[in-house]
Amino acid sequence: MCTYLTEKVDVAGSGKGTAGWFRLSEASVYFDHPVHAPAEHTLNIDFLNPGQGPSARVAVELTAESARALAEAIQATLASVPPGLI
Amino acid sequence: MYDAIQAETISLAGAGGDQIEAYLARPLGPGPFGSVVVIHHMPGYDEQTKEITRTFAVHGYNAVCPNLYWREAPGASPDDAAATARAQGGVPDERLVGDVGGAVAYLRAMPNSNGKAGTIGYCSGGRQSFLAAVSLPLDAAVDCYGAFVVGTPPEGMPLKVGPIVHLTPNLSCPLLGLFGADDSHPSPEQVAELQKALDEAGKTFEFHMYEGAGHAFFSVNRTAYRPEAANDGWQKIWDFFGRYLASPTPAR
Repeated sequence: MCTYLTEKVDVAGSGKGTAGWFRLSEASVYFDHPVHAPAEHTLNIDFLNPGQGPSARVAVELTAESARALAEAIQATLASVPPGLI
Repeated sequence: MYDAIQAETISLAGAGGDQIEAYLARPLGPGPFGSVVVIHHMPGYDEQTKEITRTFAVHGYNAVCPNLYWREAPGASPDDAAATARAQGGVPDERLVGDVGGAVAYLRAMPNSNGKAGTIGYCSGGRQSFLAAVSLPLDAAVDCYGAFVVGTPPEGMPLKVGPIVHLTPNLSCPLLGLFGADDSHPSPEQVAELQKALDEAGKTFEFHMYEGAGHAFFSVNRTAYRPEAANDGWQKIWDFFGRYLASPTPAR
């Protein structure tokens, strides 16, 4: 099925797309059919800057298991940052 | 039999007279030929949908696939364009009808046209094929696993579409529906509800529900591909369009 479910989040940072680095302004997170990953459904993240057009996009398609592992790794990494750096 | 085809990117007048990109494939024989508007799936105006468009030309139909995401993402790669359209809630219904209507007018005006035109759509395009058939004068329409003809997108979905089953009495042509029994959008129950509405309205239609197949079983480059269902589905399409769109004996 096409789930269409989407979480949007404002982000600040940069991403590297086909035309090089660009500033990110938002990310879309959704669980849907992948374009490339060999799975029926994947957790997809688009890092975007809509102001720079549709091609300002860094996309990943992750299995649900690897997406959860990634989320935990992000949390663990940030939790271990020494005080004062964040 | 002369079997050459030509396929190329063109521009045609869509909703509001906007010039939009489209992919045209046509037999090069004198015809006359029936016409098919191919409505691409949610993942966009991609290589596989262009291949489908060429397949119709190989089988003796003028076929055109409008790029429904052209306005949001002109020139972008299909996946980037689909991501943009998706984030904006999909294609507005009114614009879809205008774009498909423009494509039908383009095809019917071709010198080798027999005047008959139909639509086929996949995934979101399945719903849009039905939408076109209840909004425009057509000769045949095919709905391949279109979600939300019946039913409303759950809370939280950005897709700005609603059910259109109530428009069934306006259906202008015979309808072929191809569905997967393992699909949940549309579910077999929703397909049954559409079938009931078509029965009640006295419409000409045929539905086929494939066991062991889910959503997007025609998608050859995805894990959802189910060759048995897809091969039978193609046969159903040739039979159906052969009855309602083709000329009796087109010269080729």
